[in-house]
Amino acid sequence: MTDTTAQPRNELTHLESVVADLLAEARRQGASSAEAGVSADRGLDVTVRLGEVETVEHTNDHSLGVTVYFGQRKGSASTSDLSPAAVKETVAAACRIAKYTSEDPYAGLADAARMAYDYPDLDLCHPWDIDALAAAEIARACETAAREADSRISNSEGATVSSQQGAFVYGNSHGFVGGYPSTRHSISCSVLAGTGDAMQRDYWYTSHRLPDALEAPEAVGKRAAERTIARLNGRRLSTRKAPVIFSAELAPSLIRSLLGAIRGHAIYRKASFLLDAVGQPLFPDWMQIHEDPRKIRGIASAPFDNEGVATAPRELIKDGVLQGYVLDSYAARKLGLETTGNAGGVRNVTVSQSNLDLAALLRQMDTGLLVTEMMGQGVNTVTGDYSRGAAGFWVEGGVIQYPVEEITVAGNLKDVFKNLVAVGCDNRIPGSMDTGSWLVEQMTIAGE
Amino acid sequence: MSQALDIARHTLLDAPGLTESHLDQVMNRLLSHQVDQADIYFQSSRLESWVLDDGIVKEGNHSIEQGAGLRAISGDKTGFAFTDDLRLDDLLSAAGNARAIARAGQSGQIAVQADKAPRALYPAINPLDTLTEQDKIDLLRKLDAEARAADPRVKQVIVSLVAAHDVILVANSEGALHGDVRPLVRCNVNVIVEHDGRREQASSGGGASGALDFLLHQDRALGYAREAVRQALVNLEAIDAPAGTMPVVLGPGWPGVLLHEAVGHGLEGDFNRKGTSAFSGRVGEQVTSSLCTIVDDGTLEGRRGSLSVDDEGTRTQQTVLVENGILKGYMQDKMNARLMGVAATGNGRRESYAHLPMPRMTNTYMLPVESDPAEIIASVEKGLYAVNFGGGQVDITSGKFVFSASEAYLIENGRITAPVKGATLIGNGPEAMTQVSMVGNDLELDSGVGTCGKEGQSVPVGVGQPTLKIDQITVGGTAA
Repeated sequence: MTDTTAQPRNELTHLESVVADLLAEARRQGASSAEAGVSADRGLDVTVRLGEVETVEHTNDHSLGVTVYFGQRKGSASTSDLSPAAVKETVAAACRIAKYTSEDPYAGLADAARMAYDYPDLDLCHPWDIDALAAAEIARACETAAREADSRISNSEGATVSSQQGAFVYGNSHGFVGGYPSTRHSISCSVLAGTGDAMQRDYWYTSHRLPDALEAPEAVGKRAAERTIARLNGRRLSTRKAPVIFSAELAPSLIRSLLGAIRGHAIYRKASFLLDAVGQPLFPDWMQIHEDPRKIRGIASAPFDNEGVATAPRELIKDGVLQGYVLDSYAARKLGLETTGNAGGVRNVTVSQSNLDLAALLRQMDTGLLVTEMMGQGVNTVTGDYSRGAAGFWVEGGVIQYPVEEITVAGNLKDVFKNLVAVGCDNRIPGSMDTGSWLVEQMTIAGE
Repeated sequence: MSQALDIARHTLLDAPGLTESHLDQVMNRLLSHQVDQADIYFQSSRLESWVLDDGIVKEGNHSIEQGAGLRAISGDKTGFAFTDDLRLDDLLSAAGNARAIARAGQSGQIAVQADKAPRALYPAINPLDTLTEQDKIDLLRKLDAEARAADPRVKQVIVSLVAAHDVILVANSEGALHGDVRPLVRCNVNVIVEHDGRREQASSGGGASGALDFLLHQDRALGYAREAVRQALVNLEAIDAPAGTMPVVLGPGWPGVLLHEAVGHGLEGDFNRKGTSAFSGRVGEQVTSSLCTIVDDGTLEGRRGSLSVDDEGTRTQQTVLVENGILKGYMQDKMNARLMGVAATGNGRRESYAHLPMPRMTNTYMLPVESDPAEIIASVEKGLYAVNFGGGQVDITSGKFVFSASEAYLIENGRITAPVKGATLIGNGPEAMTQVSMVGNDLELDSGVGTCGKEGQSVPVGVGQPTLKIDQITVGGTAA
């Protein structure tokens, strides 16, 4: 990225012409309709470990994907090569695939009327003029802050500074072509404390579209050290049922489980524990979950979805009630509904919060488990059954008593959602899921 | 020269118009700073996937990836750049970026020469061509029909078929040129069953390094369909899993994911060089019960985790990790082996040319001992018998690992009784493995389904074990 003239905005014109070529080639090869997405990203990742540069990685990725339709049959192909020869070959591969797929009455592009023909600039592109040397200085400052934060910090996995910039263009045979450049920068750090059998490791990071909006490297390092130190001398718990707080870093995983179960594709396959749940109260009546896909500078923002459909803010949960499924045009047609502009996922979720900070949330819980780390998959979207490895802190009288580890938390997600007691205002990461910690009435904790 | 190397040279040098002298030129650019080790990794991959869903062949995708990753290492510092264009100018420019990690100065001139052929563990074929498109589609339909015919409670079936053709060529700073052609196939059947308003799902599948015929041999893939239905129906009857610490008997084969998480990752060379693993500095010490002998073996014919040469051109081998409970050694790539003063073990792997290699597992399994599996189950008064698992995860520093059972039963008074819902098991690697009190005589390897993730890179791996008993491990159910 020493070459600051290679601004991603200049890529857009090139990518637009590749998309136009792809669509023209698809028409030439007989497709009745087609859609294509093309991206180009370049970046720099520099890791410093124990004060020395460990790796310098220059990344330079291209990708091109095309889907062709012959009536109701479709085929897809992709490549990392954007050359005219590759465009031709990739379209041919997609057309060959379409000879063998089945007639599917629900297949096709999204409705032309829903295309984002006019979309706003979401201000997602803020290149960082930084070279490997400068990135290494920031990473070193971050790691040094972590290592010097406490004498019990014994080792390090290093600190990494990453800066990526890219451009994405999507087009289809409705005549829609849209694209935008974007950037993403981050600083992360992971350190160890203790020795031998008693070692612990934890990390912290900051990530943003704007380099200037990143947390200070020293703050990231210090926080990584604090989190690691806090885990030392963890104990186990006896098996019990108790209230559980999922920390603000982990609460997004519960939202992801919710979103996974209300995805149109899970619904039409009946592979969800939330079938027929639209209009039903899933949460207490104070709960609001909102999607804001056009948030300015948002880390997950996009002006249109992966089918060119204009994105728009929407209520997912209003007063505790599920307002609708998460749909692309295919799932929508299968279910007799309209697409919600969610091809490619849900973008920027905000959860309503109370005025309780973490300390107040702990007081409200009084006695229970604060979970700060989870391990493994352990979520069954078909049944809602939930069982995951956990570590965190045991709380009594509203005050943290000691760290705990090697335990599991289990329950059913329907009960977790229904018996949510409060959401804190301790939001920490300006990520794609903006939420505070979640206090759940009761779960099963397995331990000794 | 081997057939694989011929194919690799043709695909990755001749086709894009590169010559041996171009290769030398790029290598010498990498070596024009003071580097200890450098390599150029060329790769061309084709992957084809088909999905049958909701009774129809819904999706098909063909992907073509080609590029080269260039790496220069000085001490423990690594410079890395890659290009998806195999033109000399792009390769030279990437070499310039990668070598910047090292101080200016010369490390020597190199002329790259082809290496002797390693033994082939799989045929140098393109598996995409080993069945006609129509035969692939017919196979998907047959598996859908088989699953639906197996039981009227089957409501939904998803069948996927993937074939990948991966051609690689590695030129390194020792002057050697290695080639490999890697054919990978994989098939999976997922079913959803419904009865009296209760729904459950299950998956079954398998794969190999080789031709798609693997799936047809003795109706192997039909077996995946029947097995997925069987597991899903078992889950329809499942009661709440127990919560707490108890004896657990793990079935043979895929439950070997235990070894992968509890022991395997912690024995990868990078973590041990840096001293970040719970197993660091413990070679020669007892780290498991004396019943356990655990190996990593990249030389098993036709398995998805096997490689004729690893992604640094090192021949794979059988590496004894733990012998009768004693830690024998770690899995190494070249850089970590050099820095630790030991030999590379053929475990240097990378997801693609766009990723850096690191020590990774191949096929990791435990050798059998003498116990009869029935005897092992009979020895448990009250516990869990777990035979199928989803994924797992480990924190190599604290040693804590989890793996999630997808088919499990209660053991009561030495007998297998009710099926229980999926639950996560959690333990501490070195500690849990000292709790292994019985090991069966029934070693099985998994059916070829494993994919391992590390630092964002996925590679195919295998696991295996005989039936074994862990005296005490925590089961994360809800029935407290």
